[in-house]
Amino acid sequence: MEQQREASTLGMWVFLVTEIMFFGGMFFAYTLYRSQYPQAFASASNHLSLPLGTINTGVLILSSFTMALAVYSAQIGKRRNLITCLVLTIVLGVTFLGIKAVEYRDKYVDNLIPGSLIPGHPFKPEGVHLLPGASPQNVEMFYWIYFAMTGMHALHMVIGVGLLSVILYFAARGRYGPEYHNPVEISGLYWHFVDIIWIFLFPLLYLLGRHLAH
Amino acid sequence: MSEHIVPIRIYVIIFLVLILGTSLTVVAGLQDFPGPLNVVIALTIACIKATLVVLYFMHARYSSHLIWVVFTSALLWLAILFSLTFSDYWTRCWLFC
Repeated sequence: MEQQREASTLGMWVFLVTEIMFFGGMFFAYTLYRSQYPQAFASASNHLSLPLGTINTGVLILSSFTMALAVYSAQIGKRRNLITCLVLTIVLGVTFLGIKAVEYRDKYVDNLIPGSLIPGHPFKPEGVHLLPGASPQNVEMFYWIYFAMTGMHALHMVIGVGLLSVILYFAARGRYGPEYHNPVEISGLYWHFVDIIWIFLFPLLYLLGRHLAH
Repeated sequence: MSEHIVPIRIYVIIFLVLILGTSLTVVAGLQDFPGPLNVVIALTIACIKATLVVLYFMHARYSSHLIWVVFTSALLWLAILFSLTFSDYWTRCWLFC
């Protein structure tokens, strides 16, 4: 049993390393273009909603906390607590996605969907206050990166919510206890990983360059 | 079971520190620090938060050496990705200079 637990945890970690490399490429793209066009990236970043971004960070950290408590409840064999914590984690995950959807809608209304992804709504950064030296093309570049990174992150959240729903189903049927809870534990690892990606995305996308605005 | 069970008190402390870190980074992000200090502060706080999540929420602190090797290797690959690609971009003056 112990060997099984070790093997499944190791497998999840190896998968997470590949995920880090996957997001690493996008983080690299962000770093490169931000270092080239700091004014444009600051202008675009300032247009994002800091309150919504901050609330979402809090929601995600809280969901990581409830996930950690879910694993803890499974370890000590408290089935009712396990179910409560899983439900809370799923609800917080969906809340995060809901707030993200509101933000995406705001970008759509402001014509900030990059390129011509949506027919009849080409990218027009009229609402963005351009700092000196910022060009609209580079503002568009920021929004490509913003949608690519937050979109991939949101997709991971959707997968995570799906994963936890399956775990919740089996937890409700009493499959997990102190002897066997590998699926709860490795789903937790995945959930925390998605949280870590956001911990980096939040300051990079929402905060850097904020101080240049005033 | 040789599995280490982290006491609930630790989870609560880590959670509070993470929320504190988030508030700090927002407050610091709105201040005007000289030079690149804003970026340095934001990334330092993010790294500390990520480390706490890995060590305590993900139980890395109580994991075997094998698992330590796997997740520290991620940092190594990331360092290779960034350093090699950047060394290319930064030495091509006809593209970015």
